[in-house]
Amino acid sequence: MLKISNLHKSYPIGGSSLHVLKGINLDIEDGEMVAIMGSSGSGKSTLLNIIGMLDEADSGDYILDGLPIKNLTEKKAAVYRNKFLGFIFQSFNLINYKNALENVALPLYYQGLKRKERQEKAMFFLEKVGLTDWAHHLPKELSGGQNQRVAIARALAANPKLLLADEPTGALDTGTSFEIMEFIQKLNDEGKTILIVTHEEDIANMCKRIVRLQDGVIMEDTFVNQVRTAQNV
Amino acid sequence: MFDIDLWREIFQSINMNRTRSILSGFTVAFAILLFTILFGITNGLINTFEEGFKDDATNSIFVQSGRTTKAHKGLQVGRKIQFKNEDFDFIKEEFGDKVEFITARIYKNVTASFRSEQNSYTVRAVHPDHQFLEKTLMKEGRYINQRDVDERTKVVVIGRLVEEDLFAKTIAIGKYINLSGIQYKIVGTFSDEGNDNEERIIYMPVSTAQLVYGNNDYLDQINLTYNPKMDFDQALAFSTLITKKLKNRFSVAPTDQRAIRVRNMAQGAKAVNAISFGLGLMVMVIGFGTLIAGIVGISNIMIFIVKERTKEIGIRKALGAQPKQIVSIILIESVIITTISGYVGLLIGVGVLDWATPVLKDYFIKDPGVSNSLVIGATITLILAGTLAGYLPAKRASRIKPIVALRDD
Repeated sequence: MLKISNLHKSYPIGGSSLHVLKGINLDIEDGEMVAIMGSSGSGKSTLLNIIGMLDEADSGDYILDGLPIKNLTEKKAAVYRNKFLGFIFQSFNLINYKNALENVALPLYYQGLKRKERQEKAMFFLEKVGLTDWAHHLPKELSGGQNQRVAIARALAANPKLLLADEPTGALDTGTSFEIMEFIQKLNDEGKTILIVTHEEDIANMCKRIVRLQDGVIMEDTFVNQVRTAQNV
Repeated sequence: MFDIDLWREIFQSINMNRTRSILSGFTVAFAILLFTILFGITNGLINTFEEGFKDDATNSIFVQSGRTTKAHKGLQVGRKIQFKNEDFDFIKEEFGDKVEFITARIYKNVTASFRSEQNSYTVRAVHPDHQFLEKTLMKEGRYINQRDVDERTKVVVIGRLVEEDLFAKTIAIGKYINLSGIQYKIVGTFSDEGNDNEERIIYMPVSTAQLVYGNNDYLDQINLTYNPKMDFDQALAFSTLITKKLKNRFSVAPTDQRAIRVRNMAQGAKAVNAISFGLGLMVMVIGFGTLIAGIVGISNIMIFIVKERTKEIGIRKALGAQPKQIVSIILIESVIITTISGYVGLLIGVGVLDWATPVLKDYFIKDPGVSNSLVIGATITLILAGTLAGYLPAKRASRIKPIVALRDD
């Protein structure tokens, strides 16, 4: 599904540059659920952004589902993002003047689907996250957990090959966090490949594999026994 | 080509961000409103000026006579110069097609009566060309014609106010009016765009007046218009030539300012044109200034809007929006807001002008108004400016890395 080899990335800071990723090698198979862990500044978010085509690597190879991701034009990157990737952000990143249904339907708009089809699909995914009754509410009328569920529905709507979550529970309390993780686990059970960036051990332990990053290199890459959220609740 | 979903997106954005939309629309509406009002008022001023000189033909030359103030060729000071029919014929023959219309005038004050109504009026005895010189507008009947002059018929043409005064209960045409004891047949009534006094005049054939009042061939004044093909300098040269020839004819000293007086309306017309031009220039400066203010306003707003939407742009890009789609959604929104608010500004401006017209009339501003094409042109300029001003930041925003845009809080 995803193959990264010898990936480097640095950011210019004033006159010098900060080397954030120093040669990352990572293989992820279909159906995996991987947590990327590390303290802040370890490069975990940068790695996720590069995987998500939101940012570009300086050197190294990144192959997603057999496609080399390199020197993409803006237009091509947009098409790939839309087709292959679903994003879940810490701060939800919903469009504040669109209601839940419209937010979920937005990636489908960029896929060029007809309005009716978009609405049906969006409704289907809202139902999946249990928010049918909230479809016509604006983000500000929803709780944090509900907003994140809308964001998950939106990420799923485009039927992506890979789901990328950047601290998906960072802005939520423990109870709601587990609720959200339960959803994500369920999605993984259905076969979605999922990549989660987190700094919380208990969230990481709910994944099947933990990749630990420190100072831009992978320190540890282990498969773990997944903790099911149901056991925590 | 028409993408209903794109429009739906845009209208939702306008509708859901009402404060932003209204504020940006306000700037444009206000610019167009000011533009309309200022332009309208200046146009009103120009109208007032032009109306003041509309009464008479602007290419008129008036020739009058008086007493000499200088001795010349052995003739005494204080000699009265009297124009006669032969002088009228002299000018007509001497200057040929340089003259467009020509008429003599004889003035008499009369007491006019019809049945029991009676009043005093001024009679002007004229040639048929007088109608075109004075821009007399016939209401009914006909003007003095050449046959009247040739046959010295006792006919008159009376002004609108004469008819109102004396013929309140009946129609004037065909009736006989008594002017200081002599009966004249009324063959026409007229109105005039000049002041009311012009409509209290009674016209009669020049030859009839000469017969009735003294049986001579005297003329008080000769009026003519020069060929409109002449430019300003040619017209001035022409009136100078007339002056010179007449002074020579009557043996008047070339420096004598009183004996022969020639007044050329071209000079006045030139002043009016200069004032109109000055006002026009003022309009241009005002209009240009207002437009620039509007352009600066809409540009600022576009930069602000793009800044405010940076995060939204990041989200859309993460979800697969292409740069082109980002640019078009921002630009079309700005064009729609500018167009609608420009139109609103125009409507309000025209409304204000309409409402203020009666008030402004007291301040020498007549019929203030603007041509639609002008205001539409101004609105289009603003739309183009808004588009251009929005395009650059929108383009930059569409190129921004989604991750940078998403981090923006």
